[in-house]
Amino acid sequence: MGTDGDPVAGALEQAYRDEWSAVVATLARRLGDLQAAEDAAAEAFTAAARVWARDGTPPNPGGWLMTTAWRKAVDQLRRNRAVAVDPQQVPEGGAEPVDEVTSVGGDDQLGLVFACCHPALALEVRVALTLRFVAGLTTRQIAAAFVLPEATLAQRLVRAKRKISESGIRFEVPGADRWTARLDDVRAVIYLVFNEGYAASSGEKLIEEDLCEEAIWLGRLLHRLLPGDTETAGLLALMLLHHSRAAGRQDPGGGAVLLVDQDRTRWDRALIAEGTAILDAAVAQRGPGPYQIEAAITALHAAADSFEATDWPQIAALYGTLARLSPSPVVEVNRAVAVGMADGPHAGLAILEPVLASGALTGYGPLHAAHADLLERAGLAAEASAAWARAERAMGNAALQRELRRRRAAAAGSE
Amino acid sequence: MKYALLIYGADLVPETSDAEAREGWIEYARAAKEAGILLGAEQLTGTDTATSVRVRGGQRLLTDGPFLETKEHLGGFFLIDVPDLDTALDWAARMPHTTSGTAEVRAVRTGMAWQAALG
Repeated sequence: MGTDGDPVAGALEQAYRDEWSAVVATLARRLGDLQAAEDAAAEAFTAAARVWARDGTPPNPGGWLMTTAWRKAVDQLRRNRAVAVDPQQVPEGGAEPVDEVTSVGGDDQLGLVFACCHPALALEVRVALTLRFVAGLTTRQIAAAFVLPEATLAQRLVRAKRKISESGIRFEVPGADRWTARLDDVRAVIYLVFNEGYAASSGEKLIEEDLCEEAIWLGRLLHRLLPGDTETAGLLALMLLHHSRAAGRQDPGGGAVLLVDQDRTRWDRALIAEGTAILDAAVAQRGPGPYQIEAAITALHAAADSFEATDWPQIAALYGTLARLSPSPVVEVNRAVAVGMADGPHAGLAILEPVLASGALTGYGPLHAAHADLLERAGLAAEASAAWARAERAMGNAALQRELRRRRAAAAGSE
Repeated sequence: MKYALLIYGADLVPETSDAEAREGWIEYARAAKEAGILLGAEQLTGTDTATSVRVRGGQRLLTDGPFLETKEHLGGFFLIDVPDLDTALDWAARMPHTTSGTAEVRAVRTGMAWQAALG
């Protein structure tokens, strides 16, 4: 192949990024079987490497791959039919002329997303399936991101694919009666991927940027497929705005930098502008929800020139709304921080008091960090130092632990 | 697709006790029948009446009791025919015992060689 090899390799790589998931989605829907879809797609890409090198890249690589994959799938079905007890088991599409196979694009991909995020699958399985089949990551990449042996993850995927096909999970967009709950589940999976990347709670590295970017990619896809859904827009805006701070959250040594100490010139202005625009457009449609509120809070942080100049009263009010809409102890911790900035440390401590007393978040580092900071500002140095110690113990992330140790030492020094 | 909805619970509706539970099951069975999805349903006698059978080395071994001693045991099942898992899960969630016990949803295999023997 020599010099001809490179453009074909480039076209293949491009086609993989652009078309692989769409091919799998269309085949999965027609076959009702993710494993068969994956196998046929793999065969089509193998064939492409051979045929494109010989004949050149086709004018419509996606259509070529789709048609070829479908033909491979039909061949496989014919081979299986020889051993099947019931020949009618071959899906209805089997009799169609292969040249007419085209993706209905969005609907197929959306159907795949809903299948991968089905609530009958364990949460970590939904995450793995979505990253593998919607985002197109390899098993190895996903295993690395979650610090799992590749074989373990591969096994999990095999079992999941079998459960989907044998238990009757459909590659379809759910009906109106299930729509809200199922879409909530999809957004939750995407946000989980993002948070896994954002917090990287068990790893040495603070930001697993790849996972954040995959989650944003998934968020963009869902937003493109469901442009009128305000909470999907809210989720995308939230992730973009959070991600805009990625460069500011880490010092050159890999240490964590808390929001108060971040160099705001390192925040990504393009991401902030994009996230804010998406949020504004969503809010204008008046379909409020938790993701939009969180995005609005993040947007206020992004718009502020400094920690002190932040619109804390507005953020405190938004956390109040969020606490009513989807109450949780974690929201209360964040609200305490905002109220502590808006109305003084004692007001913040008053909100934190019931959370601390409930014991619900004893192992949650940010609770103790917020507590420590409020105590420090209230002039209670000894209590603050003890709270810093609790925060440090609760944090799994090494970079954050180092930062907290530094804060603790600083607090102890000012005693 | 056919699904078995397996009814697990600690204390499963003896016909004579709890009137509310009894009414709940009557209503459920009627709804399933009227929806045209019902293939069959049975309630089992208690595990204290169970006999477990094993054959080892040609010897028949009987145990007085259930295969598994668990808190929640299989009390019965509904066999239904619905389009997909989502619908099966909806029917499972409507079972009166699910507020305290568990419904296990299992799709039924079709096209197996032994099933051809049934004609």
